[in-house]
Amino acid sequence: MAEFTLPKNSKIKPGKTFSAADGATRKKTFRIYRWDPDAGENPRMDTYEVDLDKFGPMVLDAVIYIKNEIDSTLTFRRSCREGICGSCAMNIGGTNTLACTKAIEDFSGDISIYPLPHMPVVKDLVPDLTHFYAQYTSIKPWMQTQSPPPPDAERLQSKEERAKLDGLYECILCACCSTSCPSYWWNSDRYLGPAILLQAYRWIVDSRDEYTGERLDELEDPFRLYRCHTIMNCTNTCPKGLNPAKAIAEIKKLMVSRSF
Amino acid sequence: MKRPLSPHLQVYKPQLTSILSITHRGTGVFLSLGALLLTFWLVGLASGEVIYNNLQQHITAWYGKLILIAFIFSLYYHLANGIRHLFWDIGLGLEISTTYISGYVTVAASIILTVVTIIFGGVV
Repeated sequence: MAEFTLPKNSKIKPGKTFSAADGATRKKTFRIYRWDPDAGENPRMDTYEVDLDKFGPMVLDAVIYIKNEIDSTLTFRRSCREGICGSCAMNIGGTNTLACTKAIEDFSGDISIYPLPHMPVVKDLVPDLTHFYAQYTSIKPWMQTQSPPPPDAERLQSKEERAKLDGLYECILCACCSTSCPSYWWNSDRYLGPAILLQAYRWIVDSRDEYTGERLDELEDPFRLYRCHTIMNCTNTCPKGLNPAKAIAEIKKLMVSRSF
Repeated sequence: MKRPLSPHLQVYKPQLTSILSITHRGTGVFLSLGALLLTFWLVGLASGEVIYNNLQQHITAWYGKLILIAFIFSLYYHLANGIRHLFWDIGLGLEISTTYISGYVTVAASIILTVVTIIFGGVV
């Protein structure tokens, strides 16, 4: 049964305020979720007032500035800073996105930053993605074949067959979509969620993969696939502009059409 | 050590798509309860004049009408959004721009149909 409120140890308390905007002409306030595993306290919201002239235009620039110049205890994941690694996925201004490709100027007023929703928190903005990755493993995200490959060539695809992977292969598994999905919040123990289902579809439509039937068998389950109720938060939030809801709808269509 | 759960409903921004989705669920539940009320009314009808008249007094009172109007709206909304779902089920209209257009159409259609039914159905 879905639990709509936060457990006692997860309720957010007010935190500290850091002002680093003396004499600033372009002030901005960031409110950031903090939780220290060593302190034995509840999570809190710390407030950082900063000067936008001191760093670059993206939310990640601000978060890195805060860590370097104001509060070195602030913890978050980041790597590529160009939207291809998916490390800096977080909830910014109410929706999930990548901090590195989200411009600060997209927000009027204060910006609140939380870790990806409904996930166990490791520290501050770092969620535990172990279960998410285990679900990814469960769909066998690699090419499965029975027939041997051509002796002197790769397994080839026509341009049309290759085009079917567009809009799917670009997924970087940042988990923005899955952690935006209310169905995934309430049922992530059994529901695979939009990111993993989009990945599953990526292998289902791959013309070179020969285990389409088995893959569909694995998904034909009231929870794994059919907890998707087309709420569309996933597609609304995808920082890569992909459409997991559409991929899931295509899987559901294949389920029906293969029974005729 | 027990890890806290990151906030979800508390912080996630409501959007037209998600609001219409939960409204679909809500109206569905309300319609089920409405079916019970309909049964209740039929039982009242079968139980003779005194009981029926008594029941009718409640239905025609302001709170009875309010429930009736909510029931009418739920019916039309669930129907219209149900049709939207049927299109999605055949893989159509799943682009974000289209879901917003179909969402506004669904809301407009259910409000218009509700008003028309209230006026021509003699609810008020």
